[in-house]
Amino acid sequence: MSNDLIQTNTAKLTAAFATALVVADTQIHDDLAYNSIKEWDSTAHMLLIAELENVFDVMLDTDDIIDMSSVAQAKAILGKYGVAF
Amino acid sequence: MSEQAPVSLITGASRGIGRATAMALAKAGHELILVARDAAALKQVQMECQALGALVSIHTVDLTDRDAVTALFRQLHTELQNKGLSNLVHCAGQMQDSLLTMTRLADVDQLLALNVTATVQLCQLASKLMVRHKAGHLLLLSSKVAESGSAGQAVYAASKGAVSSLVKSLAKELGPTGIRVNAVAPGFIETDLTAHYNEDKRQQLTAQISLRRLGQANEVAAVIQFLCSNDARYITGHILAVDGGFSL
Repeated sequence: MSNDLIQTNTAKLTAAFATALVVADTQIHDDLAYNSIKEWDSTAHMLLIAELENVFDVMLDTDDIIDMSSVAQAKAILGKYGVAF
Repeated sequence: MSEQAPVSLITGASRGIGRATAMALAKAGHELILVARDAAALKQVQMECQALGALVSIHTVDLTDRDAVTALFRQLHTELQNKGLSNLVHCAGQMQDSLLTMTRLADVDQLLALNVTATVQLCQLASKLMVRHKAGHLLLLSSKVAESGSAGQAVYAASKGAVSSLVKSLAKELGPTGIRVNAVAPGFIETDLTAHYNEDKRQQLTAQISLRRLGQANEVAAVIQFLCSNDARYITGHILAVDGGFSL
């Protein structure tokens, strides 16, 4: 996997989180977790899942949606769908 | 077909209320995704809707097959691309007439699998397609008996009661994302589901209906068409009886 592709995917993931949570890119880091900031509430989580599915052209299983509780978890789960970080 | 045409997915589209809804939405300019188990009947409805000028795709799917339903939405996810799914109209359902003591638990499982579990899965998958556009509408079919109960239809009534509860809860949960959720609650409508009723039963039921006649599938479809229209954009969490006054 090329570094360029990994960087692109990381940028796409950051942009997807920033769009769905309506926060600045600089607020997106691996430790950011569901419900740890007021912007990442249950409604934003639904928008986030839709945004990630759209950006990476995947359809996440329900178990993966339940487990997607942080940015780091999102990277790990998307890895199962062939998205490298 | 304009690019702005609403895209509506209709289950149970091969007959009855589903078929009538397909025809009504085709006339109203919707692009249609029709789903049913009966491939031949579905093809016929496709041709009839196309004759009305609609763009129509058909998918033969058993809605109790969870993997098949997931596969359908994977396909739609790809095919729709940046187009939103405007409406899910979930008409597929099963009726069961049996007294409590004569109800097999295996039949209960089968009924709940279609009327409840498949409904939840469809709402899950359709809402994911809708939420990215922050707009969409889930239209489910409840029944008059969900509210009033019906001797000899306890499990069917319970399954439709679950649908009504689902509508109200999902309207609250999905409203902030721009998705509306409604249901129609038909009374006694002349469809395949009720074709086995004998003349005595029909007369007995007719006597209880304020308008003194049975309903037709296109009369339910007309209400569904309204709820799927922009005129109904401020209506959510509503279960609209279409029963000729049966529930009074």
